[in-house]
Amino acid sequence: MKIAFKLAYKNLMGAGLRTWLNAGVLSFSFVVIVFYNGLIDGWNQQARVDGVNWEYGNGHLLNNAYDAYDPFSIDEGHGILPKNQQENLTPIFIRQATIYPQGRMMSAQLKGIDAKQTVLKIPTQLLLLSKAEIPALIGKRMASSTNLKMGDEVLVRWRDKNGTYDAANVTIVGVFDTNVPSVDGGQIWIPIEKLWLMTGLKNHASLFVANEKYSYSSIPRWKFESQEFLLKELTKIINMKKTSGSIIYILLMAIGLLAIFDTQVLSVFRRQKEIGTYIALGMTRSQVVRLFTAEGSMYSIFAAVLAFIYGAPILWYLAKYGIGFPISGDTVGIIMADRMYPIFGLGLIIGTLLLVVISATIVSFLPARKIAKMNPVEALKGKIS
Amino acid sequence: MSEKIIITENLVKRYPVGVGEFTALNNINLSFDKGEFAGVVGPSGSGKTTLLNIIGSLDSPTEGTAIVLGRNISKLSHKESAMLRNMHIGFIFQVYNLLPVYTVYENVEFALILQNKSETERKKRVMEALEWVGLEGMAQKKPSKLSGGEGQRVAIARAMVKRPELVLADEPTANLDAKNAHAIIQTMKDLNKELNTTFLFSTHDEKVMSYLDRIVHLEDGRVAKDEIIKSKYVSL
Repeated sequence: MKIAFKLAYKNLMGAGLRTWLNAGVLSFSFVVIVFYNGLIDGWNQQARVDGVNWEYGNGHLLNNAYDAYDPFSIDEGHGILPKNQQENLTPIFIRQATIYPQGRMMSAQLKGIDAKQTVLKIPTQLLLLSKAEIPALIGKRMASSTNLKMGDEVLVRWRDKNGTYDAANVTIVGVFDTNVPSVDGGQIWIPIEKLWLMTGLKNHASLFVANEKYSYSSIPRWKFESQEFLLKELTKIINMKKTSGSIIYILLMAIGLLAIFDTQVLSVFRRQKEIGTYIALGMTRSQVVRLFTAEGSMYSIFAAVLAFIYGAPILWYLAKYGIGFPISGDTVGIIMADRMYPIFGLGLIIGTLLLVVISATIVSFLPARKIAKMNPVEALKGKIS
Repeated sequence: MSEKIIITENLVKRYPVGVGEFTALNNINLSFDKGEFAGVVGPSGSGKTTLLNIIGSLDSPTEGTAIVLGRNISKLSHKESAMLRNMHIGFIFQVYNLLPVYTVYENVEFALILQNKSETERKKRVMEALEWVGLEGMAQKKPSKLSGGEGQRVAIARAMVKRPELVLADEPTANLDAKNAHAIIQTMKDLNKELNTTFLFSTHDEKVMSYLDRIVHLEDGRVAKDEIIKSKYVSL
């Protein structure tokens, strides 16, 4: 095999431009595959960190009747958790509301949160510092869609525990910037004590956010969803995007591999005399098959070298400075930063390299198999059609 | 007693042509001694190249036997055939068949790489072979930069570098002018004398024939005449 690679190297170097054209096409696929997967991995990691920091904490303890994906469960999905079981938990109480920014009517969720909490990055300390009657925090998406800014007052209408409508002005005391749309779009965060007062549902919570010290033991009428469980859906969605995006690189790989396949098929026919000469000089047919297969594999090695030369600086730049995305997460519906930082791990690079090398070897072996059936006399005459 | 290096007995080679068969060799009974400088001559289609291909284990007979260097060609596996060619037989072709992407040095070195010789030994033997053919100054040239005569000299060096017992040369001078043809054949004759290597030619070139010590005439796949002659060779 050493001889095959040595000779294959000489043959490819001797073939000049043809070699570098094939390697160039394949190297492009290589860079795109690494880039795309790195981008998805970066997105996944960023989304997981943001998800944990802004929404999931170390897990959610949810009222049995509350389902985060079912807005109809908000009305009944709450309860009181005994004080002694609230250690290392931050309560969140959710109520449906309507707001009237600049005379428009919009649905919203009023979310009461313990303003002293530190488990989530929502800047709830601003609620503590404010002297407003009902201080409120909103995210930048909410601020943009309602045209509200810090210091603005907006009328909010809600229903109390008896189903009676009530309304009051809330004061925007902070606008936070997050990549997590589910804590931003259509959400108004106020101190939980205020919401208890407004609804008459003192000490009620829809869910609790656990910190890292929390350890769950079974509690009647409450269920615990761990951080991993909560992140599972997010990871699934991102991986789904990875799969759908793989079509692009499958196409690119196919183009690169087709170029190699085409070259190898042509080689087997055009280099018949050369094949005959190899056999006459004492190579076995399987050695010649190995030589041609090694030539194909070597395209992928050359492609990797080329990809490294021009791809490494580009990918390093993107990993360091990120890529700006014009569409924000609220339009995509999942956690997505305005600037994403791809992650190019060693596993990704080696995995892609192996994929490219193995694929190139297979597409080179297929036409090379014909050599095993060649009659060396006919090959020497160049008469095989 | 001289050593028989090639023995053919009742050798027959037939090729399928359409629905019938073409008999390229018909009942060939020949033997060649070690160190012979012999040629198989005859018109096109007389079976010269077929005979050389069988002797070189590139092809196998339809009937009969061909014993080359003690091995029955019909009974050799692909691997054994390759080993026989690699270690014991050198080929020289009409169109040289040099590997175009390799330099002169690398073309000559090729057979030694297949024999897994060390780099030091390869270098020594390649330079020695290039000296035999007078091309030691062209080691780094590509075949495309060589004249026809130089190309064929490289082919001789490539065939001789592994010091084979037998060299099969198929129309080696067909593409050369008279001057080069004489020089090439002279080179081979010198090597034959110096190294006692057996040379077997297929040719219909009068210039080559004049150097041969033995000429086997083939006609329609049969041996028409087998003559021992006194060549015009003069040792240089």
